[in-house]
Amino acid sequence: MTLGLINANPIVHAKKERIARTEDLHGDDAVDPLDIYDFVRDIRDPEHPYSLEQLSVLSEESITVDEKLGRILITFTPTIQHCSMATIIGLCLRVKLMNYFPSHFKVDIKVAPGSHANEESVNKQLNDKERVAAALENPNLRQLVDECIYSNEL
Amino acid sequence: MDLLEGNLELKEIQKLEGHTDRVWSVAWNPATGAAGIPAMFASCSGDKTVRIWQQTPSARCSASFECKAVLEETHNRTVRSCAWSPSGKLLATASFDATTAIWEHIGDDFECVSTLEGHENEVKSVSWNASGSLLATCSRDKSVWIWEVQPGNEFECVAVLQGHTQDVKMVKWHPFMDVLFSCSYDNTVKVWAEDGDTDDWHCVQTLGEPNNGHTSTVWALSFNSTGDKMVTCSDDLTLKIWETDSRIPQETDGYMPWRHLSTLTGYHDRTIFSVHWSSEGVIASGAADDAIRLFIENKDGLVDGPSYKMLLKKEKAHDMDVNSVQWSPKEQRLLASASDDGTIKIWEMVPSS
Repeated sequence: MTLGLINANPIVHAKKERIARTEDLHGDDAVDPLDIYDFVRDIRDPEHPYSLEQLSVLSEESITVDEKLGRILITFTPTIQHCSMATIIGLCLRVKLMNYFPSHFKVDIKVAPGSHANEESVNKQLNDKERVAAALENPNLRQLVDECIYSNEL
Repeated sequence: MDLLEGNLELKEIQKLEGHTDRVWSVAWNPATGAAGIPAMFASCSGDKTVRIWQQTPSARCSASFECKAVLEETHNRTVRSCAWSPSGKLLATASFDATTAIWEHIGDDFECVSTLEGHENEVKSVSWNASGSLLATCSRDKSVWIWEVQPGNEFECVAVLQGHTQDVKMVKWHPFMDVLFSCSYDNTVKVWAEDGDTDDWHCVQTLGEPNNGHTSTVWALSFNSTGDKMVTCSDDLTLKIWETDSRIPQETDGYMPWRHLSTLTGYHDRTIFSVHWSSEGVIASGAADDAIRLFIENKDGLVDGPSYKMLLKKEKAHDMDVNSVQWSPKEQRLLASASDDGTIKIWEMVPSS
């Protein structure tokens, strides 16, 4: 881990106003992209005391659900092209969502096309579940991920 | 019974629970399942343990398997794969803790008799050669190690093979020859053999995109019973069949290269983690869409050379990704599968009712 921040001056956006969501159940298995977004928007960035939403790493458009195929795609936009935190952010998303869905939904996590210099390499790592599993067994990485996920609950 | 006639189905015989995390791999003990010795297999898991399952001697193949032993407190991270020595007396287990443990099977007990260290990080796979004299391991550290088995359960590293440019996912020895195959996150399959003159191990062939190879991570490979064909599976959603000249090299020390024969595309829409070729010629695949598929050679003779077709697709074989499929070595129609859902299932391929 480098000592200097990768992106020392991120652009911070205001938190989007949250509309109170009613318990609007579409169906047992229906997965609402906005529900998923609510669940991940407050994950804290690994380097800055702001949420992924505030840094525009995630937005409502980040989540797409294909009910028929049982797939969820989450696309996130690192703040800079050479962000080395991209894999950490991806890991945070995976962990946060791990027990969220009916288990038959498959989750793919990618960086937004054109948003990262090593797009293919980052995407490949994030979607190799063996690599993800091994990374999460690394106590230091796991701790960082947990801090990002649970920070707003402290 | 001719496989090509009639419809076949995969009937679930048993579901085995016990592991408390995803099950990565299963391996049948090759010395069991015939001559009155009940069938046995090992499973390994993200719960850091290995479980030994054995068929109760009472009924026939629909008999129940039960857990006979839990090998724990040895690995302190995920156990990713395991392999039995040809004699069935030793079990090697490969772990994310960067070690490979060797267990000796005596009576009903398993004792850890050796721990192989050396890899820099997660060990992904382990394989014994046909005679049980050599063991191979591979790791995310990009290397493949070859170990010589010595008396007293000692293991000596005889080669550290560099060549892959990324994580090596699986190693497998050829069923008859001391030739080693490895597949990797770098999208290639490499073939390693010993130089006759120098006794050095080196890479004799790389099967990559220029050879009609895979375009993403290669997760597994399996040989047919005659050792002249192999099947590989990949994150690129295809299975590829490769063949080699089956003539045995005579005086030449020359290596017989492998070439691409066929690509099975359009059958899978998520990563294929495991593939296994049965002694009868049926290829089973386990994928990230929770399904198990079976393929066989298409002998219609309508195209030049062999082609393959899907025999059946078992949807929702498990509730989550299927990580491993393995045909029983003795009962050719019996298949074991392991999943992220923490269970192992035993299947029998039978005519449709």
